[in-house]
Amino acid sequence: MTSEPGIIVQDASVERGGHLALTGITFEVGPGTLMGILGPNGAGKSTLFDAIVGLLPIARGSLTVRGAERNGALAYVPQRDSINWHFPATVHDVVMMGRGNNIGWFRRAGKVDREMVRESLERVSMWDRRSSSVTRLSGGQRQRVFIARALAQEANIILMDEAFSGVDLAAQEDIVEVLRSLRDEGRIVIISTHNLTNIAERFDRILCINHHMCAYGPPKEAFTPEVLEEMYGSHGLEFAHHHADPHDHNEHRGHAHARDDDHGHKAPH
Amino acid sequence: MIRDFVGLFADPLQFTFVQRALVVSVLVGIMCPVIGAYVVARGRAFMGDALAHSILPGMGVGLLVTGSALIIAVPAGVAIALLMGYISRRTGSREDTSIGIVFAGMFALGLVMLSSPLYINTFLRLRDRQAPDIEDLLIGEILGVNTGEMYISLALATLVLAGLYLFHRPLVYTTFDPVGAAVVGIRTRVVEYVLLALLALVIVIGIQAAGIVLVMAMLITPAATGFLLAKRFVHAMAIGAVIGVMSACVGMFLSFHANMPTGPIMALVATAAFGVAAVFKRNR
Repeated sequence: MTSEPGIIVQDASVERGGHLALTGITFEVGPGTLMGILGPNGAGKSTLFDAIVGLLPIARGSLTVRGAERNGALAYVPQRDSINWHFPATVHDVVMMGRGNNIGWFRRAGKVDREMVRESLERVSMWDRRSSSVTRLSGGQRQRVFIARALAQEANIILMDEAFSGVDLAAQEDIVEVLRSLRDEGRIVIISTHNLTNIAERFDRILCINHHMCAYGPPKEAFTPEVLEEMYGSHGLEFAHHHADPHDHNEHRGHAHARDDDHGHKAPH
Repeated sequence: MIRDFVGLFADPLQFTFVQRALVVSVLVGIMCPVIGAYVVARGRAFMGDALAHSILPGMGVGLLVTGSALIIAVPAGVAIALLMGYISRRTGSREDTSIGIVFAGMFALGLVMLSSPLYINTFLRLRDRQAPDIEDLLIGEILGVNTGEMYISLALATLVLAGLYLFHRPLVYTTFDPVGAAVVGIRTRVVEYVLLALLALVIVIGIQAAGIVLVMAMLITPAATGFLLAKRFVHAMAIGAVIGVMSACVGMFLSFHANMPTGPIMALVATAAFGVAAVFKRNR
């Protein structure tokens, strides 16, 4: 890793399609942080990600990303809707894509690249499935493959958009487990989600947004009933009630999240 | 019996025009599915069809001015491909609508031009022979390929293969994960334009064999068959190329023996191969 990763955002506003989609965002994260960006659907989570990775400009305020000067130092795991699942590729192929910047134009993948892909896949426990077609994986397995791709490209900042959608609770915990180990090595890992399950245990920091910033800080301090109401309206409190008990996830899973058995096959889009 | 069968293929090859047709058939059989794999994976079949039809005016002008449909069609095809790429990014209306407008407009322009008395008379005076039959342009006349066209096709195929090799990784990345590709610094717009320009070149090669209307069959069907059978993209390309060469060659020889148009036969062989693959996949 070249320089220490960091993201500093000060009173930033982001435009999308001619409208201000997000205003007044201020936060700062340093190395070794596992951060959650929370908010309802359409709150501007993807917009914020696009601004961080440089796909959307900042309309006002400032946004600085440190430690991402090298191409690939910043990895983005997009929402699953933006992946072309008709593309025939194996798990190994997808992770090898992460090596593209290191391989160069005229060369083929070398021993170092293959070794890197192997290590990355082993870390997410997907090496045994390396020859499987990605379209035949479950939601959780797909996410782990994309984490491996981020590792193969030697990213020190990893952004995952709606990382938990279409992933069942057990598989979510597996993902969080892997992400914790990446955080412990000094990486910044940021996950956006509208899923409020176990947030206190999962994240070191949370940023709550709903077109504007509602709160930022450690979950215990930032995730107050007032903030929840600001994000989800008056029924937010009721919503939170369901999530207070981590074992009580079955009830909301039925309507708020697509069920996806980690052992089954999810039909490709 | 065996000698008869071999003769079916060997006898026509005594003629140099058949040899030329064979070279171009093999080129079309390889090139169309190889680039067609990207067209299928990116869901750009309509764009490919539109591009083929929009090249008609360029072919007409080329035939009149140079005597070959190919020479003007190359720059015209690339220009239209880039224009369509631009429109599909910029337009306010839906992409297929704007592409449809260019498609219909250019194709109609070509048909009107080729059937106008002015064109027919000018052609007769300038080239001292009958104006080209529109049907040959629409459904392909591979046995009419001349030496110059064969060499141009070879050069274009080499250029396209080099381009695809050079851009393989960015093309694969942007096809699978366009947002992720942009984030790692791949210039997705440039990659898209390169692909469209290469597609235009392949369509120009393919039109000689399969014609404007059916070049689509060579572009899409063999590649789609590859997608049915393969787990990896490059394997799908390779399977597509094998089926493509087979379809193109069968089409060419049948066209010689039975005096039937090449394009439809190539398309039928490719479609049959797709059908067999689909049944095979279902029963596996």
